[in-house]
Formats: sequence, C-alpha cells, structure tokens
Amino acid sequence: MTPVFSEAAARPGRWARSFSRWRWYAPQWKYCLAVLGPVCLAYLVIRIVPIFDTAWMSLHNWSLVRPVRPFIGLDNYTKLAGDPLFRMALYNTTLFAVVTVPVTLVLAFTVAVLLDKPMRGRAENVYKFLFFLPVVPTMVPVSVVWKWIYDPSYGILNYALSFLGVPTQGWLINSKLAIWAIIAMTVWKSVGYYMVLFLVGLKDIPVDYYEAASIDGATAWQRLTQITIPLMRPMLLFNVVIATIFAYNVFAQVYVMTEGPQGSPANPVRVIVLDMYENGFRYLKMGYASAEAMVLLLIVFALTIFEFRFLRPKV
Amino acid sequence: METRRVRTQILRRFLREDGLRHLILAPLAFLIVFPIAWMVLTSLKPSAETILWPPRMLPQVPTIQNYYEVFVRWPFLRFFLNSLLVSGVSTVMILLTSSSAGYAFAKIKSRWLNVVFFVFIATIIVPFESYMIPVYLLVNRLGWLDSYPGLILPFIIMAFGVFFMRQTIQAIPDELIQAARIDGCSEFAIFWRMILPLSGGPLSALAIYAFLNVWGFFTWPLIITTTQDMYTTEIGLALFQSQFFIEYGLVAAGATVTALPLLLVFFVFQRRIITAVTLTGLKGT
Repeated sequence: MTPVFSEAAARPGRWARSFSRWRWYAPQWKYCLAVLGPVCLAYLVIRIVPIFDTAWMSLHNWSLVRPVRPFIGLDNYTKLAGDPLFRMALYNTTLFAVVTVPVTLVLAFTVAVLLDKPMRGRAENVYKFLFFLPVVPTMVPVSVVWKWIYDPSYGILNYALSFLGVPTQGWLINSKLAIWAIIAMTVWKSVGYYMVLFLVGLKDIPVDYYEAASIDGATAWQRLTQITIPLMRPMLLFNVVIATIFAYNVFAQVYVMTEGPQGSPANPVRVIVLDMYENGFRYLKMGYASAEAMVLLLIVFALTIFEFRFLRPKV
Repeated sequence: METRRVRTQILRRFLREDGLRHLILAPLAFLIVFPIAWMVLTSLKPSAETILWPPRMLPQVPTIQNYYEVFVRWPFLRFFLNSLLVSGVSTVMILLTSSSAGYAFAKIKSRWLNVVFFVFIATIIVPFESYMIPVYLLVNRLGWLDSYPGLILPFIIMAFGVFFMRQTIQAIPDELIQAARIDGCSEFAIFWRMILPLSGGPLSALAIYAFLNVWGFFTWPLIITTTQDMYTTEIGLALFQSQFFIEYGLVAAGATVTALPLLLVFFVFQRRIITAVTLTGLKGT
C-alpha cells in the first residue's frame, strides 16, 4: 500500500536486476570463478595474508624456537626505537636512498638528453648500449667485481687514486666510507636503466615544440627547462617512485660486499633488510624482524604517497 | 702548414657537430664499461698475476684455467640449471596468471572485480622483503624448505603483471570479443584463441621482464635454500666468493660465468629487452 512498495513492484528490484545480469553473463562468471578464483586464492595466500600476518606477528614475542608466543603489544616497536643497530640501519638506508635516487636520476636524465638527438655515425646507439651494459648482469656478480676493485691491498681503485695523491683506503672496511662505496656502485649499475626510461619519455615530446621555441628565440637551456622538464614530469615521478622503493630494499650488494662468512654485528654497513635478515633468520626473533618489516613497509608507503602528492604533473 | 689547417678544420667541425657530447659521454662510458671489462680480464689471469702491484690491465699469460677450476670446485652448472628451472617455471606461471586475470579485469564489467583489481594494484609497491617472513613460515609448514616448489611459490603471481596485461587487453576492441561470443565461443576459448595471440608482443615483454626479475632475486633463495644442491647462481656465487676470496682469478671467473648467460641473451635480444624495459619499467614483484 505504501508508495515505496508499489514503486519497487513496478521496477525490477536491485536483486532481480543483478540476478538477471548474472544469468545473462553466466559464461563470463564461470570463467571468472574458474580462472580468477585460483589466481585470487594464490594472491590471498602469498600476498595479502602474509602482509597482515607480518603486522600481527610484530605484536608478539614470536620466536621460531619457542612454542609460546605471547602478545606484547607495541613492545617490539619501542624496543626497535632504542636499538642502536636498527637505528644505524635506518640511518644508513635513508642516507643510501637520499643520495642514490637523485644522483642516479640526474645522471640518467643528463645522459638521456645528450643521447636523444642522433649523432654522426649512429654513435648514440653505441653509447646507449654501453650505458645499459651494467643493468644486464644481476647484482651479485657485479658486487663481486666491485669488491675486488675496492680491495684495500690489491684493488685498482686505490692504484688509480694514488696518482692523484690519495692515500690507500679500506673502502669497504672503513665504516664511514663503506656506505659511499656501495652508493657509487649502485649508481653505476642503475644509471642505464633509468636512462632507457627517460629516453622513451623524451621521444614522446613532439619536435614542433622545440622548433616553435627556437623560432621564438629560446636558448637551449630555456628549451630544456621550459619544455623538456615540464613535459617529462610524469616519467620523472614514475622513476622517482620506483627508485625510492628499490633503494629502501637495498640488500644483495651490501650482503655480498661487506658480509664475510664471519658476518658480525660490527658490520660496517647495516641496512634495514640486512638487520631484518639477521634478527629473523640468524637469531630467529621473527616477531622482532616482523616489526622491522612493518617499519620498512610504512616508510615505503609514506614516501610513495608523498612523492605522488609532490611530483604529480600539473595538468 | 697545409696539414695543420686541415687538422684544425676537422677539429672545429667535430666540436661544432657532436664533439661536446662525445667529450662528456666518452669518459662516462669508460667508467661504466671498465668494471665489466676488468672482471673478464681478471678471470683470464693466473692467480699470481691478480695480486701484482702495480696492477696490469691485460693478462700477460692469458689462461682459461680459472674457468676449468670454477666448474670443478664448485657446482656452477647445477646452480645454473636451478636458476633456469626456477626462473622458467615462474615465468610461465606469471604469464598464465597475469594474462588470464588481466582478461577478466579488462573485459568483464563488474563493480566487485574493480574492487579486487584495486586490491591487486595497491600491493604493487609493497616490497617482497616486508612480508617474506610469513611466506617463509608457510613454506616451512608445507615442508617445502630447500626445494623447487618452495623456491617458486612466491613468484607464481605478479601484481604488476596483472596490471600490465589488463592495460594491454583493454586495448583490444570489445566488438571483436562480442562477435566471438555471439558465434558461441566460450570465454576460455576467447581467452586462449583470441586474447593470447593478439597480445604476443606485450606477453614476450612481460616474459623477459619476469624472467630477469626472478633470476636476479636474492633474498628469497638466500633464506630458503640450505643445501648446495638447491642454490641458484646468485646464492652460489655469493657464497663462493666469500669462501675463495683470496684466489681472485677464480672468483672473477665465477662472476663472469654467472653474468655471461644474461650478457649473451642481451647481445642476441638487445632490442626486445630494451622494449621490455620500456614497456614494463617497474622493479619488484
């Protein structure tokens, strides 16, 4: 009798409509269940659940060797805040990211701008090939090579610097220098990667813009700052985001270059993942390591959001 | 006099054209290539020559003894096959899961699917290291520590792959799919006979990207493998170098052996790899 009731009767209800649509697309739903179902399940089991599980474990005194795992609230986090090794790791990782990301990207951008226009004898392709070369092998073999280059007694770096009057240094042993040695090596390895991405962005800028600017009397510098950089903003944002994520996960090169078989807490370069690895898998303090993992996750999340806010292209 | 004038002329033309660029790029390129050249050259030196001071660039008595010894002393071949198997199976799995899920997200319209898709892409930026402890415990419970299934498990899906394939498949016109549906084609057949062949280029880009990504993964095999038989090349080399660090020629040969397959693949598929990097351009699973 109420108007609401009559209206509902006149039009097929929400349920009925979605039901008919469901029937109409039945083959698609079968596909969804059969294909998307397993994928989602796998996704749930090896991504979503572990992420929440890490958060849950970080609230417990969770050790692999003890069956009793009491809930201790945020104790792991307060302990982390006072842990000198973790603070050192956090500091080193941040330093690593703060230096590696801008240096790599500025270098890669410069090289990309220089290589964007063709050269005599297609020399630009040779350069692109050479700059991309370190990207191809994985991190471990190149870390091994650099370890030898940095070697205090036989390393070629000390030899080369001796001509400039620099005294012999223990590049990877000195705790002040080691992080810089690893930064230099990482920049070397990743410049080519970002160069390729920047080159793609540069190719998408229409030539007309530059021609019009030249006719109006713009200098090369003005063309760079007024046309190239603003139009490269989306690519720049993308590269900054992935480079930051990558930098905060630094591990393989640190492990290979500084961790001997006798890896000790006095390790000159402690980074977050290394600290996590030692706490979790050497001392089996999984709850504590999970708290570190959560800190890593929160940092990466916060930085990504910040970068999106800050660098988003203004349309 | 005459030759001098010609020479200055050439120099001027060089500087006017792209000499300046060469002046900046050539030293940089030297610095970039040097470590790789140094690795290969050191691997060809007998051990007495590696600790020569002052160091020499070229080996005086080139030898391939190091390569021989690497394979005798350390099962690099086994590591290589392990890496090949793990990366190969993971790549096939990633291609299958990414493209089939990508098709559903791209062409089946539903609010719920959008929500699921959003959850998928939200995790792209979550680093693997931040949730690997529960995955490790899961593999432990399954009894898969130190085994191939355990090594492969975290790499059977890739959030970025799903995102990438959805973008690709969205570009395929709806009319084509509708026509196939009207002709009585099942969704599976549409996916298998139409969508997959039509996205060959992006699929191969994703394949290259996924393969290199899994091949280079370090943390996961490090925590999950305990016996030498299960090491991937990455772990094998990392432990090899810490054991034999004094014999540097040997270590350099090991590094070269590890890097060589990828370098060779790069020489052959240069253009494809660059395309893969530019199309996918994102690191981390």
